[in-house]
Amino acid sequence: MREELLAIVERNSRIDLKELAVILGVEEIDVVNELAALEAEGIICGYHTMIDWEKTSIEKVSALIEVRVTPQRGQGFDKIAERIYKYPEVNSVYLISGGYDLLVTLEGKSLKQISGFVSDKLSTLESVLSTATHFILKKYKDHGTVLTKKYEDTREKVTP
Amino acid sequence: MRNPLADKVVEIKPSGIRKFFDIVTEMKDAISLGVGEPDFDTPWHIRDEGIYSLEKGRTFYTSNSGLKELKEEICHYTKRKQGVTYDPNHEVLVTVGGSEAIDIGLRAMLNPGDEVLIPQPSYVSYEPCAVLAGGVPVIIELKGENEFRLTAQELEDAITDKTKVLILPFPNNPTGAIMERKDLEAIAEVIRRHDIFVMSDEIYAELTYKEKHVSIVEIEGMQERTILINGFSKAFAMTGWRLGYACGPREIVEQMTKIHQFAIMCAPTTSQYAAVEALRNGDDDVKEMRMAYNQRRRYLLNAFREMGLECFEPFGAFYVFPCIKEFGMTSDEFASRFLAEEKVAVVPGTAFGNCGEGYLRISYAYSLDNLKVAIGKLAAFVERLRAEK
Repeated sequence: MREELLAIVERNSRIDLKELAVILGVEEIDVVNELAALEAEGIICGYHTMIDWEKTSIEKVSALIEVRVTPQRGQGFDKIAERIYKYPEVNSVYLISGGYDLLVTLEGKSLKQISGFVSDKLSTLESVLSTATHFILKKYKDHGTVLTKKYEDTREKVTP
Repeated sequence: MRNPLADKVVEIKPSGIRKFFDIVTEMKDAISLGVGEPDFDTPWHIRDEGIYSLEKGRTFYTSNSGLKELKEEICHYTKRKQGVTYDPNHEVLVTVGGSEAIDIGLRAMLNPGDEVLIPQPSYVSYEPCAVLAGGVPVIIELKGENEFRLTAQELEDAITDKTKVLILPFPNNPTGAIMERKDLEAIAEVIRRHDIFVMSDEIYAELTYKEKHVSIVEIEGMQERTILINGFSKAFAMTGWRLGYACGPREIVEQMTKIHQFAIMCAPTTSQYAAVEALRNGDDDVKEMRMAYNQRRRYLLNAFREMGLECFEPFGAFYVFPCIKEFGMTSDEFASRFLAEEKVAVVPGTAFGNCGEGYLRISYAYSLDNLKVAIGKLAAFVERLRAEK
């Protein structure tokens, strides 16, 4: 049930426990225990809400930043990654294979705020060799959900 | 002017679903639970392969029996799923949906007056196809107390010395019933003893929620007397691509191919290329869709339990078949009133045979959110009917 449970709550963390038990074909208490175990094991790390900020009047700017760094002896990339993820404006930090080392995603109130972060904080770190900042202009699909179009049932209404 | 029509065709009743279709289509805000096709889009990698085949200019006929690659993939698939071996060169025919395979399979096998056993409730096309092929349909009325499975006794009772073909429609539309290995072994003995043939329509084979689907061709001595029909519509959500296939003994498939060659030429080329991709890389998609269907199936059964509506647990396809006999109405009356009062369309069981009386087919090829809304309306309707009594 673990895999199926995770697949469901990954898409809808607000689903109620009774319904979860029904569609998984198990008892409610089993769902409660399994969720508790998944949380304790750090497999479920949080329950977030997907928001399309574009549709609000609140200004948000997101950026992806490619960062090339010098790995440190004995600690590889971990130390520098930690330095970067401690900034609260940083959303995610990934170690990446290929042309650069770390991919940092960032959310800020304005272009100015993000560029300020990159020039003042990120690129001045000692082991950072270079950065390339990409601002996100439009989100079409996020977390497996298409943001631009609504699902429409185009099937014939009754078929054998 | 002379009557331009053939009596045989005029005498065929139009499908009972038509009436509901017409009403629902008129109603703007009706919710439908009457659809017999998946709600999922065809997985993108399969569509992409179809598009790619067009870009490459694969826009010609294929060989009559289908693309060689596709027939080979069908044989691999059947080996992988059912453990049986077919020769891609002589024992496989790619058709325009499973429907065409039903039609030409019966035409290839029936002589005038041969009887065709059709268990009902079942898909609407077996009976007319049998008639058009010159056969005589003999209905076996399946029973709710057997969970709408076909028993050896029911089969035995229906067989006469004119019986030639048994149609085996499992996993079943509209009941959701399946036949497990033990059920198949029991009927296989009767089939062998009376020396009849089987047309096994396994279009819902990928959608079972108990043991893995068992095909009648897995049972000893059955492959040589069975036409196995399957297709891409339900498993891979490819209804509009119109692609199915038949596997069977060479002598039957050859004659089917002859009809197919003259009537159809070949199945759509684009669809055939897409289907190769479906069989090669589609297992995960099927698994994901099956999981979603199963969640909805459990949801519906639980909802029926909560509203006290009798329903056996169906383990196949994407239909549930609740019993409404307690309300003292026919299926048609129930469905008509439900549609008029709550604007939800379900299909009366009688659209799939007279023995569907007292039942409704409810499809769960809808998202859980949609099902919840419709089921809320069903609960309210059921409550109102009970209060009326």
